[in-house]
Amino acid sequence: MIFHPPILAILLASTLSLVTLVWASGFAARLVRKWDVASGHAGQIALEKRTYLVSTALVFVLALEAVSLILFTENAERMSVLFVGAMCAIGTLNVNAYGFPALILKVALFFGAAVWLIVNHADGLGRDYPLTRFKYGLLIALSPLVVAVAAVQFAYFYNLRADVITSCCSRVFVPNAGGLEADLSSLDPAFALGLLFGGLGVIAVLALAALRWRAGRLAYAAVSLVYFAAGISAVISVVSPYIYEQFHHHCPFCILKPEYGYIGYWLYLPLFVGTSAGLGLGALSLKRTPASLQEALPPFRRRLILTSLAGFGLFGAVALTAILRSNLIMFG
Amino acid sequence: MIRQVARQRYLIDFTLASMMRRKVKNVVLFGVYFLIVFVLASVMLFGSAIRREAALLLANAPEVTVQKLVMGRHDMISGEHLEALSAIRGVRRAEGRLWGYLFDRGNGANYTMMVPPASDTTHAVGPGEAIVGSGIDRVKTIGRNEYLFLIAPSGRFFKFTVKERLPEGSGLVAADLVLISEADYRALFDLPDGVYTDLALSIRNEKEVATILGKAAKAVPNSRFVTRSSIARTYESIFTWREGVLLALLGAAILSFAILAFDKASGLSAEERREIGILKAVGWETSDVLTSKFWEGALISLGAFLIGLIAAYAHVFFFQAGLLEPVLKGWAVLYPDFRLTPHIDPLQVTTLAFFTIVPYTAATIIPIWRAAITDPDTVMR
Repeated sequence: MIFHPPILAILLASTLSLVTLVWASGFAARLVRKWDVASGHAGQIALEKRTYLVSTALVFVLALEAVSLILFTENAERMSVLFVGAMCAIGTLNVNAYGFPALILKVALFFGAAVWLIVNHADGLGRDYPLTRFKYGLLIALSPLVVAVAAVQFAYFYNLRADVITSCCSRVFVPNAGGLEADLSSLDPAFALGLLFGGLGVIAVLALAALRWRAGRLAYAAVSLVYFAAGISAVISVVSPYIYEQFHHHCPFCILKPEYGYIGYWLYLPLFVGTSAGLGLGALSLKRTPASLQEALPPFRRRLILTSLAGFGLFGAVALTAILRSNLIMFG
Repeated sequence: MIRQVARQRYLIDFTLASMMRRKVKNVVLFGVYFLIVFVLASVMLFGSAIRREAALLLANAPEVTVQKLVMGRHDMISGEHLEALSAIRGVRRAEGRLWGYLFDRGNGANYTMMVPPASDTTHAVGPGEAIVGSGIDRVKTIGRNEYLFLIAPSGRFFKFTVKERLPEGSGLVAADLVLISEADYRALFDLPDGVYTDLALSIRNEKEVATILGKAAKAVPNSRFVTRSSIARTYESIFTWREGVLLALLGAAILSFAILAFDKASGLSAEERREIGILKAVGWETSDVLTSKFWEGALISLGAFLIGLIAAYAHVFFFQAGLLEPVLKGWAVLYPDFRLTPHIDPLQVTTLAFFTIVPYTAATIIPIWRAAITDPDTVMR
């Protein structure tokens, strides 16, 4: 099935990212050792010139990886007609053992890429590029993930066999099926709603703290990640049954289908944006603000906090609208 | 924010003016880019339109078709099984179907001969009558008297009065179709009574197909059961695979295009170098030059992509993809002449962008960077 056009496109993007990242990591290792912005040495000048190339190439491939995640999910959704037993992306991802690991790794890479792009942008705000060493250190940390994504994704696509009978979402996301999916489906709906909307309150309070203190920003970043997990759990446990108007249908992928007005994208995209901005804020707060960024960084951080809040807020609002418009009665 | 937008606008203005100064180079690049997008988009749009068409057609097919197998080959099936099959709970209707192919030695065409099912009252035909598909007229002279003459495999001569012609819109399925009555069909092919080409089961609830198949397999041994969903899956796989193989073959074209883009972007003329040198001397930073060059690439990409996509859309949906038809559709003397339903899908457009804009951008990053880091003093000397 490797000749499926979107698969070819995803593999092309992944190969490009892999080559770029491996090459950039080699450069990053050199940069982390030798970077000295005060020096006028020819080696330093060459390094400085080369950072433009590496940054531009990375902005390109990391943005590509983000789009590739959407393409990957949507393609899994569309390919479900090819497999016996599959009715949505879950079935396609379940065809072999690499499907879900590939998706999870791609989500992790999405966040890693978003954090790197945010740090890269902040770095460009200072005259002396104060975050360069940190940025390239981060890149070295990110490169094993890119290798893992490329390898697992290739294994997944290469091993897609049309004669495999797979399981659809109605088998996987049921309370008595066992595994993480079952636990999430059997999460108490009231508790999940508490997490979803109570979490928004905590986020809002932390955002106020993040505007003032560094510790607040770090806490905000950590809570963003927790809220991402809580948000996904709430979607599986309570929001999707409301959308399908079926008490026992918990699939987090069927909501991406046109018959539900693509509402899944309206839920997930803001959630991903909110989490990415929160994580980026945390990465920028790991160190004290460099002298050259004293003026430019605080407004940028404020923008990040607002973006993150807006993302989480929109996620909550879409979930609330879906619940209010639903004809399903889960409580009372 | 407004300042940022204004800054980008000025940069775009500057880039456009700079591109206009090097018309020939940019027009050549644009032309090749456009061609690549056009060919790839045509393949993808055609592939998906034909898959859609197949899916729409299959929506009316029976849920299960039962075929008798003798030594692994398809054989005529006895109508005696119909009673047992319709008795299975969940089966709404079971009927025998008579259909087959008749080769016309005169013009080398194959006609699909069929008896309309009893449930289809709009296409009911009496003895000596025929309803013909839109393609038959093209290969056979029916004449003023509306007579259709056919030679049976046995050599006997048959004359039918054409009662009706099927509308053009049904071309994909019905171009080569001839509907005749059951008695005529049996006479034409020398078939005994009580046998059918296959049996069609219509099932109330599609989710029960698997269970019904299990029961039917016991009732009708030595037979093969073809479900509608498996036919749909096969069509989807075949057309996607064909599309993918064609795209992979076009990979060579994409690669050459990327090399051309790389070459065009690296071959900076002395004038361009001087321009960048002067810009840097008057205060532009490396990042500004990079942004300006980025806009140059984006404008070419966007223009070529949009125009290529629109041209491919017209090619596929208004001109029936004349250039690609034989590869993707297959070929026959009596091939249906059909119009595809216009349809465009965001997943496809994104895939297309991955195949065209991504290689172009990747190929131009290094040359753009080389241009941007040029030191003013080295080029202005």
